Amino acid sequence: MINSGDTAWVLISTALVILMTPALGFFYAGLVRKKNVLSTIMLSVALLALISLQWAFFGYSLAFGADRGGLIGGLNWLGLNGVGQAPNAAYAPTIPHLAFMVFQLAFAVITPALITGAFVERINFSGFLVFTFLWATFIYDPLAHWVWGVGGWLRTLGALDFAGGAVVHISAGLAALAVALVIGKRKDYGKIPMEPSNIPFTVLGAFLLWFGWFGFNGGSALSSGGLAASALVATNLAGAAAAITWMVISWIHKRPNLLGLATGGIAGLAAVTPASGFISPLSAMAIGMVAAIFCYYMIIFRVRVGLDESLDVFACHGIGGLWGVLAVGLFAEKAVNAAGADGLFFGNPGQLGAQLIMAASVALFSFIATYILAKVVDAIFVLRVKKNEEEIGLDISQHGETVY
Amino acid sequence: MKKIEAIIRIEKLDEVRVALEKEGFVGMTVTEIKGRGSQKGVMLEWRAGEYRVEFLPKLKIELVVNGDRTEAAIRIIAEAARTGAIGDGKIFIYPVEDVVRIRTGERGIEAV
Repeated sequence: MINSGDTAWVLISTALVILMTPALGFFYAGLVRKKNVLSTIMLSVALLALISLQWAFFGYSLAFGADRGGLIGGLNWLGLNGVGQAPNAAYAPTIPHLAFMVFQLAFAVITPALITGAFVERINFSGFLVFTFLWATFIYDPLAHWVWGVGGWLRTLGALDFAGGAVVHISAGLAALAVALVIGKRKDYGKIPMEPSNIPFTVLGAFLLWFGWFGFNGGSALSSGGLAASALVATNLAGAAAAITWMVISWIHKRPNLLGLATGGIAGLAAVTPASGFISPLSAMAIGMVAAIFCYYMIIFRVRVGLDESLDVFACHGIGGLWGVLAVGLFAEKAVNAAGADGLFFGNPGQLGAQLIMAASVALFSFIATYILAKVVDAIFVLRVKKNEEEIGLDISQHGETVY
Repeated sequence: MKKIEAIIRIEKLDEVRVALEKEGFVGMTVTEIKGRGSQKGVMLEWRAGEYRVEFLPKLKIELVVNGDRTEAAIRIIAEAARTGAIGDGKIFIYPVEDVVRIRTGERGIEAV
């Protein structure tokens, strides 16, 4: 039975999450050099178009269609055949099936867009399109099925991921690490300064992401009642706690800066994603605070070892997501969400085990499968531009356009 | 005639302009530039930790003056642009062969 309030909230949330992908483009573009600003935005927004089509043709069916052995969905909803205005009782009984599908589409789009931070300033656009299309099909769609699909083995196990800590953030973070290893460092990385071209772009992008995250997590309630409010509050508080913690850490080291504040907010929002529908406001603050500490020092460590995972997708989303998925096993309370579970702090240590299995299996699958996929695509379609194209910048060499 | 080329701190432009104007030096050309001296660059904050910026934003003022007023102009700029800290800038002086005012065709110091 369709509920108009629930439907309205999920449709609005869909629009909020859709906005996150161009916002991510700006978040990333401000961090790269001026010659690659347009290319960096394009990597995100091209996926909004490409993956929208993939999702409608077969991606949604692979993720949410009839279960095949707990690992992947069937082809029963190819081309959205059978996905209509009536609700699907198993996924969201009070909204049209189409609304659930398009809400999930926004997640399928932003997840591969997150990975682009790993290879900005040197990616070959055609190789990128092939890589990402295959990544969405062979890595995202199965992972979404494992965690969220009816019959998916992690869902059956009882592991909880409210809005995509595993499916979106761990998977994108570990994929970013793998593809960064395959594509290699930017030319002269570590030798010449790679100055952020436009910090206001990055901050604007970061806080549009924050705004969109209310739909990402709040909309994942798939209803417009108390649970959505609880998730939205948890989201805001985790982002806030992480932003402040990050600022304090940078202040202790030297100066409190805007780029740090914005990055901290994103780390906290990523971390609270899997937990947002199961936790109290105070737990959300604790999750955000700890996320900032983990992610900050992971960036420092990543730079120290000389790995050019350029925009720290692993450090922010990978580490944030891993922490958040485990934090569900600590902070979850049935008092907040009766459909969830109690975590370790509420007398149920078993939940932490399920969360650990989810975090480890999603991380390992994403890293290994992405590494293999990136190697194969690189061998056939080439992931990296030629040296002189990289020097000129991708805006001109790949797209024939120039920025301000 | 001499051309005076002064590299100064961005925030000192108005003090230098006012001081020059007071002594009758009105015309000048100002360019936004980047550069560095022996102090090399500066450290700026990144997302976590710091990074070095090798070139700093500065302004370049160019003006052409009559030979006998060169020292006066140099003194005014040096006084107005000085803070005493590293990075105050430099002044370069070049001989100027001729000047043409495009509108009237006047030549030499009359055209400045």
